[in-house]
Amino acid sequence: MSANGWLQFAIYSVILLATVRPVGIYLTHVLEGERTWLDPVLRPFERIIYKLCGVKADKEMNWREYAFAMLGFSAATMLLTYAIERLQYYLPWNPQHLAAVGTDLAFNTAASFTTNTNWQFYTPEATMSYLTEMAGLATHNFWSAAAGIVVAVALIRGIKRTSSATIGNFWVDMTRTLLYVLMPACIVYALLLVWQGVPQNLSNYTVAHTLEQPSQVQTIGQGPVASQEAPKMLGTNGGGFFNANSAHPYENPTPFSNYIEIFSIFVIGAGLTYTLGRMTGSRGHGWAVCAAMYVLFAAGFAVCYWAEAHPYNMIHGAQQTRTATAPGGNMEGKEVRNGIAESALFATITTDASCGAVNGMHDSFTPLGGMIPLANIMLGEVVFGGVGAGMYGMLIYVVIAVFIAGLMVGRTPEYLGKKIESYDVKMAMLYALIFPLIILTFAAIFVLIPQGLSVTNNPGPHGFSEILYSFVSGAGNNGSAFAGLGTNWWYNVAMGWDMLIGRFLMMIPALALAGNLAQKKSVPPSPGTFPVNTPLFAVLLVGVVLIVGALTFFPALSLGPILEHLLLQTGKVF
Amino acid sequence: MHSNSTIDEELGTREGHHVSHVQESLVKHSIWGTSIRFTLVTSVLLGLVYPLLMTGLAKVLFPHQANGSLITLKDGTVIGSELIAQSFTTDRYFHPRPSNAGSGYDATASGGTNLAQSNAKLPPRMQADIDKLAAENPGRPVPIDMVTYSASGLDPDITPDNAYFQAPRIAKARGLTEGAVRSLIDAHIQGRTLGLLGEPRVNVLDLNLALDDAAK
Repeated sequence: MSANGWLQFAIYSVILLATVRPVGIYLTHVLEGERTWLDPVLRPFERIIYKLCGVKADKEMNWREYAFAMLGFSAATMLLTYAIERLQYYLPWNPQHLAAVGTDLAFNTAASFTTNTNWQFYTPEATMSYLTEMAGLATHNFWSAAAGIVVAVALIRGIKRTSSATIGNFWVDMTRTLLYVLMPACIVYALLLVWQGVPQNLSNYTVAHTLEQPSQVQTIGQGPVASQEAPKMLGTNGGGFFNANSAHPYENPTPFSNYIEIFSIFVIGAGLTYTLGRMTGSRGHGWAVCAAMYVLFAAGFAVCYWAEAHPYNMIHGAQQTRTATAPGGNMEGKEVRNGIAESALFATITTDASCGAVNGMHDSFTPLGGMIPLANIMLGEVVFGGVGAGMYGMLIYVVIAVFIAGLMVGRTPEYLGKKIESYDVKMAMLYALIFPLIILTFAAIFVLIPQGLSVTNNPGPHGFSEILYSFVSGAGNNGSAFAGLGTNWWYNVAMGWDMLIGRFLMMIPALALAGNLAQKKSVPPSPGTFPVNTPLFAVLLVGVVLIVGALTFFPALSLGPILEHLLLQTGKVF
Repeated sequence: MHSNSTIDEELGTREGHHVSHVQESLVKHSIWGTSIRFTLVTSVLLGLVYPLLMTGLAKVLFPHQANGSLITLKDGTVIGSELIAQSFTTDRYFHPRPSNAGSGYDATASGGTNLAQSNAKLPPRMQADIDKLAAENPGRPVPIDMVTYSASGLDPDITPDNAYFQAPRIAKARGLTEGAVRSLIDAHIQGRTLGLLGEPRVNVLDLNLALDDAAK
């Protein structure tokens, strides 16, 4: 570890926290239907979209209608992507004449991008045509991100409103999020990336004659990369244009591009904490949630950075400690321009959020370094989190924390003037239980069947970690991987369902909670009310997140990374 | 607890249900229609208009980068991209980091080894490479990036330590002094961005082109 590494982390933190308020205010304006400075340009487009799609913008929906609209829309987009993948050979912008994607992989990929997961059981540059990338996959980087944001905002509305039957209009929320937030940001962002060296073209792959041996040809994959990279990061999607994802020099060519990529993962999720405070009229609560998230983020980074800077003593004759001109540490599966600090920071951030892009190979991280991404996803990606998904995930934990605090003081729990009653706690627990249920069930099945074990890249406890990580990543809609894991029909199908359940069966209880909170009356705070805008509350929230996560997943972690670490310390390899 | 407020709430809920049943039948009817129309309209906007607009803008504003930062000789031959590692094996050139992209430096199949630290194949592989390199430059520890595979398999950079380590071999093969090679390396070190971000590094293809230029 080095002072420079910590300084990079500190500067990242300062910039991120400085943007929370302005981003949060802007998001509030957009989602409350208020005027923004982009109105003169975008308002006409907004009206055209409503007209073309038959949206009655002034008509609000109750939570069931909101959920149906979200499901219907997701189904339609998933179907479109499946169709494009299957038909890509006959469609334009396929300069490499790539064949149709197989049925099971096409299903897996369509599910993966629809659910904001972007798990990729394929090498993109050898599988997907430019049209598939642009219209079949990158579109989901916008859609699924917007869907996450609108569900979070619906839940915030539920907390804010009293005696209301409705929680907003799904189509209006989607349209405004896409038009006013994601699109303009991505236009600027993509150009910044091109400036740094990310390609943006529709040309054939380049044939180069290498310097040392001109007869030796290197074919260089190209494509509309920047336009996909921007929403991939900003929308916490994470699906790479290339197999190596943000480790590929074409997706992430410089330390500066790396910095804007990790910044863009957190910026919306962090801003939403301010939106929460502002919309519910309790800014202190927004900041308390933000603080709880930040503490978990910093702790994860510290462990991951330490572990990657201190590899096991397995070789001799090599310079593995840091010098002024070499980062040292565990450099297997990492890039020189990122070094140790930026790789650890990226890995922590991408899994705190549900992004899943990687700038180094998590599979080759040290056991404890690789356990941090895994554990981050297991905690539900509530550390700033996937755009929207992190916010509604954290609000579920808030309800559980308030409930526990209520039990401790012996009063009916209240949250910002709403009584938290049995239905609310049931929905919160449903949300909290679906996640480990699908992960542990799938992982248990796949370590028992030969089809599950045959495609691991590494033997021993790390092989178990690969299988566990895949279902954790899928259900958490993260999409990062211990990427040595190969694929077969069984994984394609099981992971597809793992992702769909992890997205939609968890969004529905969140929306049900929103609907139920919205129709409640407000009760004035009493001396027995547990305040949710204090440091004490932030500490309680961190405790609840860690305890729920640890109780659920510690046994699984101890069979994987923890066991691997202990054995490696004694020099045992597999 | 079980006072008027609860009864009110129940009534409110029941009324809410009644209203929402009427609404729902109407809305469900239109959900599929709206879903399909919204999907089509936004996929044209986000899947075609946006990327094509970006392609146009990128090609006008940053044509070199938009086309992949290619390095072209005077006769028009493309020798590679400054961002993508290519294979160098002879003593006359600096070597990039080991690659697991395809069968090595395959820029249509990027990727790392994904070997775990606990994989029994990893330490012997690294040790064999270290021992081979140690013969080239006895008594000096081998920089770790020389014997670890990059994440993309296309890492265009090596650490300055790695370049210094290779300097004696290149000096010998090209009949240069080691000092001349080292000063060429120093001239090609890219420091941290703003003195802060990332790590110091040397672009291998850049450096090798400079070697050839120096020979002319």
